[in-house]
Amino acid sequence: MDRDKTIAEERKGQQSFLNYISVLLMPVIAVIFGLLIGAIFMKLIGKNPLQAYQVLWNSSFGSLRGFYETLVNTTPLIFTGLAVAFAFRCGLFNIGGDGQFLIAYTATAWVGYVISLPWFIHIPLALLAGIILGGVWGGFAGYLKATLGVHEVITTIMMNYISLYFTGYLIGGPLMKPGALPATPKILESARLWRVPHSRLNLGFMIALIAAALIYYLLWKTTIGYEVRAVGLNPDGAEYGGISVARNMVLAMFISGALAGLAGSVQVMGLEYRAYQPFGFIGYGFTGIAVALLGKNHPGGVVLSALLFGILSRGAMQMQSLAGVPKEVIEIIQAIIIFFVAAEYMFTLIARKIKRRRGGISLVNQ
Amino acid sequence: MAGKNELALDLRKITKEFPGVLANDSVDFQLKKGEIHALLGENGAGKTTLMKCLYGLYQPDAGEIYINGEKVDVTSPNIAIEHGIGMVHQHFMLVPPFTVAENIVLGSEPRRRGMLDEKRAIEDVERLSERYGLNVDPRARVQDISVGMQQRVEILKALYRGADILILDEPTAVLTPQEVEELIEIMKSLTEEGKSIIFITHKLKEVKAISDRVTVIRRGRVIDTVSTDSATTSDLARMMVGREVVLRVEKGPAHPGEVILEVENLKAKNDRGLLALNGTTFSVRRGEILGIAGVDGNGQSELTEVLTGLRELEEGRILFKGKDITNFSTRDIIETGVSYIPEDRQHRGLVLDFTLYENLIMGNHYQPPYARGIKMNYNKIRKEVRRLIKEFDIRTPNEDVLAKSLSGGNQQKVILAREFDRDPDLLIAAQPTRGVDVGAIEFIHKRIIEQRDAGKAVLLISLELDEILSLSDRIAVIYEGEIVDILDRKEATEEKLGLLMAGAGTRRAMGGGA
Ligand SMILES: Nc1ncnc2c1ncn2[C@@H]1O[C@H](COP(=O)(O)OP(=O)(O)OP(=O)(O)O)[C@@H](O)[C@H]1O
Ligand SMILES: [Mg+2]
Repeated sequence: MDRDKTIAEERKGQQSFLNYISVLLMPVIAVIFGLLIGAIFMKLIGKNPLQAYQVLWNSSFGSLRGFYETLVNTTPLIFTGLAVAFAFRCGLFNIGGDGQFLIAYTATAWVGYVISLPWFIHIPLALLAGIILGGVWGGFAGYLKATLGVHEVITTIMMNYISLYFTGYLIGGPLMKPGALPATPKILESARLWRVPHSRLNLGFMIALIAAALIYYLLWKTTIGYEVRAVGLNPDGAEYGGISVARNMVLAMFISGALAGLAGSVQVMGLEYRAYQPFGFIGYGFTGIAVALLGKNHPGGVVLSALLFGILSRGAMQMQSLAGVPKEVIEIIQAIIIFFVAAEYMFTLIARKIKRRRGGISLVNQ
Repeated sequence: MAGKNELALDLRKITKEFPGVLANDSVDFQLKKGEIHALLGENGAGKTTLMKCLYGLYQPDAGEIYINGEKVDVTSPNIAIEHGIGMVHQHFMLVPPFTVAENIVLGSEPRRRGMLDEKRAIEDVERLSERYGLNVDPRARVQDISVGMQQRVEILKALYRGADILILDEPTAVLTPQEVEELIEIMKSLTEEGKSIIFITHKLKEVKAISDRVTVIRRGRVIDTVSTDSATTSDLARMMVGREVVLRVEKGPAHPGEVILEVENLKAKNDRGLLALNGTTFSVRRGEILGIAGVDGNGQSELTEVLTGLRELEEGRILFKGKDITNFSTRDIIETGVSYIPEDRQHRGLVLDFTLYENLIMGNHYQPPYARGIKMNYNKIRKEVRRLIKEFDIRTPNEDVLAKSLSGGNQQKVILAREFDRDPDLLIAAQPTRGVDVGAIEFIHKRIIEQRDAGKAVLLISLELDEILSLSDRIAVIYEGEIVDILDRKEATEEKLGLLMAGAGTRRAMGGGA
């Protein structure tokens, strides 16, 4: 009896280790495939893929400065990736990250220049402005879904455009600093985030990591996360357990919007120091969908995949200038990675077929 | 054509292991041509697993499968289907918005110029349905037909693909007594046509009524295969559970106290917007079990949903311990001391993709000792949950597995454990023993009576007259959303209830009779 138990326990340990590996395996395979197919493309247009990938590597890991720049690129993607992942855990698809980003970006800039305060009040206040505006922007879509059943994909897209034109109007009009540039005045020193000397890397990156840790804690250690996940997996079951589906949808979209909003706040407070009138969507919200997908909607995975996308986007610029490879190649690689992750199901099927042929034991029992 | 003793199927030494469970341990199983072979075993014994190995849904770790004497490597359901095997699953796998005909031909559609030949599909289905007396309407949408009909669609689907061997996994668990009778007739006509049937059920009465032979499995091993005539129901129960089982419920007299639940003139609509509760009135006292008897679809589901805050009430009042709780939220109702075992465990009762420990705290997850503020205490949760798993004999390797990997009956025990442990003043139990084995039924019935004897009020809703009769102290009959009569257990007989359930007690019927 005792021996049986230890065997069972050992198996369980092995199993969870294998699960762990198999969860990580697919994204890694997707990235390898992406790079391979990218290489084929480069060969086809007569470029040297090895050289290009060396440039890609060096752009992030060749120098400290380059590494810092990569982290700068990574920062907003962590936020928007977390935003998509969190909403998804509640069964909702937030593609309004760009709108939430812009409205928070503008609000933070305004709070940053309009009042003078000591930094330990000014910084939290400016962040809070972004959290609240982004949260309300997302939460409203959640509210419409919960009360009227309007699909959040539609409302978040519409809210994106409202945000784009509304912030465009504000920054080009009431909030514009008189002068040539369609932008707000610069935010005060007291609202700026500390930077690593001689680089653009700033505390925003730390804030993003803290946000990821908090979201992890929220999802798996608190009643809020428990309820959000229950609603995401089975709303009827959750309802029966006394969990309000409507309330959790609003809450999840608020938190999701707040996360995307933080990307905007940090962009102003750590990098640009003012809000520029937008010409179109920057696409952080959209890339956030890919980041969340590759990161399996897990905060840890989101941080890693945001880093990958940060490396790729920095590498794209350098590959263009140093290896003569058009930066669109990087976009192709990104698209292929996303494609393969999305097609994971297909892979699982093929893997199962192969395993059957060989008659081995199955790794994943469904 | 084939002699009765030829083997349709021969499974040899089938072994299948899941992490932490040996679900099948070198199982031998033989099915003769034209026979109905019952497969009997406790919840989690490995019946469904064995059938899934046969149907190609699982790959056995060891063992051989012979179909009609030929060794077959069943690596996918398609191969099983090619060899004439059809399976009707414990949980149906139909596409609700599709029509009956579309569902039946799905996967092997008759085509004309690359398109689905709708007309031929309907004709084919009609012909098959007639031949076996199944009586389904090929044009109806699956979402609009009853569970019993859906099951016939599953059977037709298997027949359409040319099945000679049918696997029916707990087909009767979801059926009304009337539908069970009809299914038994259908099964008989199928064997007369030369089909062989593997029939999984927990109801010994059904085994006795229809099967030729029985194989009993316990914890993954075959205990014995016997001919049905040579074993009594208590023999079978003993073989299954490994000890004597009390098939009769033993209970002392009730000592009813004050009224706990009082409902007056309840009116509520069903999902289609029609009035499903039409002035329901009754009350339940401390220390008694009130059974609600009725044919399926007379407002039972709506009644439980209204009482638990899951459905809005149009009219009427609900008093709980004298307090008006009409249109309270589900959480508030749980907090005032109501527990609820829902009839649909996969849809309502569980979050299948949650772990066992997450499911076992649902509803109390935000309260001490499970949580303080918003922080959950997983050490405490695990400790409590392990106690529940032990106390309710939930067969699982550990508390970390997902609820969906448990066997059907064990899923039910998860819900029971959670709801009983809440120590409620009122227990609402809807189909509490659906799909659970005789040992577990004994256990559940005992626990329900214990609740009563501890001074709780119990509202039992069941489609099984046997269960109503053996547990209830008073029996209310529901018909078209109204309680047509409430009988004392002593005056209730099966015949009387049957008449009332058919609508003989309504004002309309009485007026018409006079
Ligand atoms: N996919 C799976 N992954 C892990 N364990 C599983 C899986 N399917 C079944 N099991 C385990 O295998 C055992 C046998 O399960 P099975 O579903 O065959 O039981 P059963 O005899 O059909 O029970 P019931 O009468 O309750 O339906 C159970 O302990 C169950 O938890
Ligand atoms: Mg089963």
